[in-house]
Amino acid sequence: MIGRLETVLSARIASGGKCLVPYITGGYPGWVDAIRACAAQGADAVEIGLPFSDPVMDGPVIQAASQIALEGGTDYIKILHEVRTLDVGIPLAVMCYYNTVFHAGHERFASDLAAAGISAAIVPDLPLEESGDWCAAAVAAGIETVMLAAPTAPDDRLPRVVERARGFVYSVGLLGVTGERTSLALTATTLAARVKKVTNKPVLVGVGVSNAEQAVEASRVADGVIMGASVVRRLMEGGADAVGAYVHEVREALDSAQW
Amino acid sequence: MVTPGSDGRFGDFGGRFVPETLVPACQELEAAFQDAWADPMFRSDLSDLLREYAGRPSIITECHNLSEQLGIRLILKREDLNHTGSHKINNVLGQTLLAKRMGKKRIVAETGAGQHGVASATAAALLGLECKVYMGAVDVARQELNVFRMRLLGSDVEAVTSGSQTLKDAVNEAMRDWVATVESTHYCLGSVMGPHPYPYMVRQFHRVIGDEAFEQTNELLGTSPDVVVACVGGGSNAMGIFSGFVDTPARLIGVEPAGGAAVTRGQPGVVHGMKSYLMQDEYGQVAEAHSISAGLDYPGVGPEHSYLASIGRAEYPTVNDDEVVAAFQLMSRSEGIIPALECAHALAWIVREAPSMKGKTVLMNLSGRGDKDVGQMMSILGGLQ
Repeated sequence: MIGRLETVLSARIASGGKCLVPYITGGYPGWVDAIRACAAQGADAVEIGLPFSDPVMDGPVIQAASQIALEGGTDYIKILHEVRTLDVGIPLAVMCYYNTVFHAGHERFASDLAAAGISAAIVPDLPLEESGDWCAAAVAAGIETVMLAAPTAPDDRLPRVVERARGFVYSVGLLGVTGERTSLALTATTLAARVKKVTNKPVLVGVGVSNAEQAVEASRVADGVIMGASVVRRLMEGGADAVGAYVHEVREALDSAQW
Repeated sequence: MVTPGSDGRFGDFGGRFVPETLVPACQELEAAFQDAWADPMFRSDLSDLLREYAGRPSIITECHNLSEQLGIRLILKREDLNHTGSHKINNVLGQTLLAKRMGKKRIVAETGAGQHGVASATAAALLGLECKVYMGAVDVARQELNVFRMRLLGSDVEAVTSGSQTLKDAVNEAMRDWVATVESTHYCLGSVMGPHPYPYMVRQFHRVIGDEAFEQTNELLGTSPDVVVACVGGGSNAMGIFSGFVDTPARLIGVEPAGGAAVTRGQPGVVHGMKSYLMQDEYGQVAEAHSISAGLDYPGVGPEHSYLASIGRAEYPTVNDDEVVAAFQLMSRSEGIIPALECAHALAWIVREAPSMKGKTVLMNLSGRGDKDVGQMMSILGGLQ
């Protein structure tokens, strides 16, 4: 099965471009407008974070945004309800911790996503060995599950991870949690190169890709980037307009670079 | 006892729900533990440390005064007499020896009441490891003596200000540290929880409590006790003592605080790397626990406890803070033993249920001493004229 997310990203790559996937914390004030701004400024897809009480893969910025969203009374049902009315013309993925999926039940969660028009799911605390049941339910509902490849993965693990991945392979940019860094970690391009060797699926680098320059640097090896904390910080500081301006800047940098 | 396979399962519970980055580290730890546990040299090094440094075996004490008052025969397993004042040292000596064997230079640990943090800081000082302890800011405030102890021992203590600022948030922050430092650092997890192999490994390091108590009670009573009682937060002291009696007819009782009752009030969920009973809301957001005792202020429970509960082998009743405060004073006055607030939960249940256990032999794990809690109790009780 090749789903909508993989189809859209592959088309961008086939045309010689690089993929840009911003992350927006669902339920945070202004999040719907922020997604519209991303789409209007050339994002290929948007990753919507479903806030969780214990986000162990996230650094201070996304933790704070999640906590504010939860304190504002959001929940994943409300977020999906709003997503349903979002007609932005690009595929949407959710990023959520596994207890959200497990508590709802695999089949129900997958069908809730599908009903809201979501294309894919990223579950960062669900590693390969534990992912079988969820992935089966997701496939049955037409949801692509993006798998994460980690810098610590030995060579014999990567082929199994990419084999299960749908949509794209999320190549983790560094050892650590989400957040902005002053420079791109060497592991970002090293791992992306290792992953590219074992798959033809789109390979995007995320975690620690913090500005337009780093997005270009990562994309020299990878097919594109996911940008989280640097986008969410702009949402928190300047709202949807600031997000739009930033996505525009990164899009231009990716489009004008020589590959 | 269940020995989990490579999937880390105790029945439906357990597993390894961690980010991909940590999977190789968990696999490496699992292999290193199995290798070490099967190695007579490692076992002998560990028992030497337990004997000559921690002061094992810990004794059992028959509580004649309380027994008479309650109409039962009450025996305490005295983990409070270990070096650093609680059972936590058993696991920490095991894990730090293992960390050294794996070539790690640094450990990180989470702590609630500070007992695991102090034990980790102690072992790190002894074995020459760098140590960083994460502790919720609420717990830093109510356990300031333990914070100072850890710093005195040369460890770095960081107050965690995210979420509920208690034990669960300290675990989150320790895991975030480990994700970033996994190549040089061992996560010295303090309870029978977390991703495989932790629940199994930590139980094995604590089963010395149950193995000793089995021998000691059989010598004293000529048989095993009728009831074995321990408090449960994550559940390590309880798993330790249950290990010695799970194959006997003894009733096994794990007492949870009413405000942190994962088994009674929780549903199966996944957090901190494991599938287990978890207090959560209708959308799977993890609930904040509320207990007078920082060490039990945890919304989850170790997966083997969930398993023992699910098959009906162990029971997990709850007690409230008022019962705990009363039990804390009762043991102090009746036996001259000031218990940790955590263990006062176990006694509170025994006091409440004693009328239905007349003449029974009851073994309680006194997993820690109460020195750390006297400041907090002073503010609750006033001057005690």
